[in-house]
Amino acid sequence: MNNTNETLIPKVGVITDVRIDTADIKTFRVVTPDGKKAFEHMPGQCAMLSIPGVGEAMFSITSSPTNTEYMEFSIKKCGCVTEWLHQAEVGQQITIRGPYGNAFPVDSDEFKGKKLLFIAGGIGIAPLRSVINYCRYYRDDYKSINLVYGSRSMDDLVNYNEIINEWAKDKEMYVYLTVDKEDPDWVKHVGFVPNYVKELKYTPDRVAIVCGPPIMIKFTVAALKELGFKDTQIYTTMELRMKCGVGKCGRCNIGSKYVCKDGPVFRYDELGELPDEY
Amino acid sequence: MRKISLQKIDLMFAEIANNMSLYLPVDQNDGKAAYTKWEEGKKWSNALNTVKSPKDFFFPQTEDMMEFKVEGKNVEVIDTRKVSEDFVVFGVRACDVKAFDILDRVFLVDPRDSYYATKREHGIIVSVACTRPSETCFCSAFGIDPAEPKADVSVWKTEDELFMQSNTEKGEKLLKMIEGLTEEANDEKVKEQKEQISKIMKKLPLADLDTSKFGGGKTDDFFKAPEWDELSETCLGCGTCTFVCPTCQCYDIKDFNTGKGIIRYRCWDSCMYSEFTRMAHGNNRNSQKERFRQRFMHKLVYYPENNDGIFGCVGCGRCVSRCPISMNIVKVMKKLGGKENE
Amino acid sequence: MQKITSEMLIEKATELLTNGTVSTVLGWKKGECDYDVSPAEFKSVEEVKNEFIYNDFSAANLSKYLIKRTEKVHGQALVFLNPEKKILVFLKPCDTYSFNQLLTEHRLDRESVYAVGVQCDGMIDIEKVKKIAGDGILSVDCSGEDIIVKTLYNDDMTIAKADVLAERCVNCKSKKHVAYDELLGETGEVIDSNRFDEVEKLEKMTADERFAFWQNELSKCIRCNACRDACPACTCEKCVFDNPKSGVENKSPANSFEEKLFHIIRAYHVAGRCTDCGECSRVCPQNIPLHLLNRKFIKDMNEFYGDYQAGAEVGSRAPLVNYTTSDIEPGEVFDRGDEDA
Repeated sequence: MNNTNETLIPKVGVITDVRIDTADIKTFRVVTPDGKKAFEHMPGQCAMLSIPGVGEAMFSITSSPTNTEYMEFSIKKCGCVTEWLHQAEVGQQITIRGPYGNAFPVDSDEFKGKKLLFIAGGIGIAPLRSVINYCRYYRDDYKSINLVYGSRSMDDLVNYNEIINEWAKDKEMYVYLTVDKEDPDWVKHVGFVPNYVKELKYTPDRVAIVCGPPIMIKFTVAALKELGFKDTQIYTTMELRMKCGVGKCGRCNIGSKYVCKDGPVFRYDELGELPDEY
Repeated sequence: MRKISLQKIDLMFAEIANNMSLYLPVDQNDGKAAYTKWEEGKKWSNALNTVKSPKDFFFPQTEDMMEFKVEGKNVEVIDTRKVSEDFVVFGVRACDVKAFDILDRVFLVDPRDSYYATKREHGIIVSVACTRPSETCFCSAFGIDPAEPKADVSVWKTEDELFMQSNTEKGEKLLKMIEGLTEEANDEKVKEQKEQISKIMKKLPLADLDTSKFGGGKTDDFFKAPEWDELSETCLGCGTCTFVCPTCQCYDIKDFNTGKGIIRYRCWDSCMYSEFTRMAHGNNRNSQKERFRQRFMHKLVYYPENNDGIFGCVGCGRCVSRCPISMNIVKVMKKLGGKENE
Repeated sequence: MQKITSEMLIEKATELLTNGTVSTVLGWKKGECDYDVSPAEFKSVEEVKNEFIYNDFSAANLSKYLIKRTEKVHGQALVFLNPEKKILVFLKPCDTYSFNQLLTEHRLDRESVYAVGVQCDGMIDIEKVKKIAGDGILSVDCSGEDIIVKTLYNDDMTIAKADVLAERCVNCKSKKHVAYDELLGETGEVIDSNRFDEVEKLEKMTADERFAFWQNELSKCIRCNACRDACPACTCEKCVFDNPKSGVENKSPANSFEEKLFHIIRAYHVAGRCTDCGECSRVCPQNIPLHLLNRKFIKDMNEFYGDYQAGAEVGSRAPLVNYTTSDIEPGEVFDRGDEDA
């Protein structure tokens, strides 16, 4: 075959580090066999990881593009591919292809010069971590950064160390953590994310980036609207079943938009124009 | 324009087959036509069309994509793509020719699908005008003229002769190859045939199918229509319509362990199938109604929205004749399009 | 014998809807032309009057549709039904066998159904009509003894119905309704049909010939699952072929072995439960004679364990799930296989 590039043919990737985040979430560090990044990406974009013989699945890239050495993926155990990955050890080779989809508009006026409000639930922190670290790297391009992050329990908070030891110590970065249920060891806020957002009384002079389980997104967006946010100020990322990643296999569409190609990042007003089928 | 006597047509097929693989509709033992590789003794079918569409030539039902060698923790990716050789698909109807254009707009747009693209580059399409369209035909609703089939070479079959016209460089080459068997002809008989066809087209029962209510930007007009319940209520959820359809392009990618290695292949998939959109943590199209709606919305609204208003249907009528419950795009369009815009 | 007309069914449905016996009607709906008939659900007298049709193309076996529609969770009917009322279903004789078989397997709630048996004179295979009359069918009048076909390209044609009967009707096994609350028209007798003739032909082939026959037929399969989805015996909540964890989940034949596997597994799975209703072959877009696989099983079971017709009675124990001392010895079955192979 001639050397025409074929997006469906993956590269080999090596898992060089596995970090246990929670009981069902691990973060995998991936490079090519010669120790490089498999490809460049922008915050919000995704990659197809596969284990030959097991299957292929789409994951958001959790590391920032500013990381020049490797990519990271925070992955929750919930299906064939993820179960297999969770028992993989360092040195395991997998395949990787991408990047797929659009990115958060980090380099446009939609984000630049704005106050940013990140709101995440559970594993929803994975795609946001890429954006947060990107914005921290180009810190002067943005105004204050807020993060409201919640999980079922304190053991379910992903990336806890980085959040506490780095993000929370940044200038003009404010981190608010919450858990659903009380715990004797937990001294911070208890309660659901959408309510916490309301309690924090955010003014609508900022851009909100929301990611988490569908139900959390739904109520958080409602809370933001109550606080006066407009659809055009709210961003989220979607996840539907995907096979090709390039808008051809036909399954991840919402109306005429393919999540793999036209998403996964959608502004809420764009999402509002699509049929309610996600 | 060139012509050849139908008596010499097998000589022509032999000459083409001498140079490259030639596929054409041949009657099978059940009386239905299917694209078959030509060899001595195979006769070009008189059937209006094949049960399976010719999309198979470019987008096969099953296609190996790559191989993996797995040893311990190591993985090797082997590109098994082959260089395609030129081949001819003969006797393609105007509807199916248009379907290639519809597939091109999916597979050839960036990022180009090289599996499809190489086959497309090497395939030479010879289309044939339909002198006897069927009651299930409605290509004219989508602006297709069965008397003017496009493709690399267009042919018109009369009682005793075959008239040929090349439309592309590829077509030119093919006609050159068989030049010794053909002779120069005027287009009088072809004109006559075209007129006859156009008269017949007006008499077809589905000729008045109205597409004007559909198209890009009409999602809100139809997505929540109550008619979907009734239209989909007895749908079996099988994949017949999608698999006989010349424009349906959904696929799945799967791995197959041969014992010696792992083959990653792709195969046709159907939006009508219950697990099409199922993920580990949920399914955004849980009911058959939603899956049914997706198929028709894709053809009538979503596809045109992304492709300059071109519909994702060519009116070949295969779904009309093959659906186990006789539900099809014609009924959907009449039911949904028949109501007044609210 | 009186010819059954649409009007008679419409009248019956109207009566049962109006007097409150039923809230829903399962029947057949008119389409774009005479032969374009769909199975359908009707909720009102108006719908029935406007769209109901019963003709020689009302082929679809409606019994399987009753599963979802009579499903109960914790004794409560699901949304489809008004719990006070029943669902009316029209059943042709062969459909009643499927109906009984589903009852035997506890897949239907009999109390939720009002079954009207409809006399059947055999259904027409439109493909056979097209072979005789040609393409471009404009109308098929099957109200009389013979059928009259109008086409775009030929003169009107009168065809004997016997010449265009569907295969399963040519080899009709029974005109008797084995289940009904009420009959429209007459019920007939079980027929001593020639339905095993084709199977015998296959049995007489050498193993290689038979392999070649099935190779040719099954290689046409496009794995659309229409046979499975239409089959009243295929009622698993989750089919093994849809289950990624089964290891055989596939949408496409990854190799020629898998291609056959699907149909062979399916034939085994319905063995003893298949009533020979013929829906599998009717719906196959590639005209694969799938019913022959099932009929081979039926024929073998008849020979090994004595005549048995699935669905003839509710609650009967199929030979494969029953043991009697007169059962054939496994050794004899094995030897028989040896002869053929």
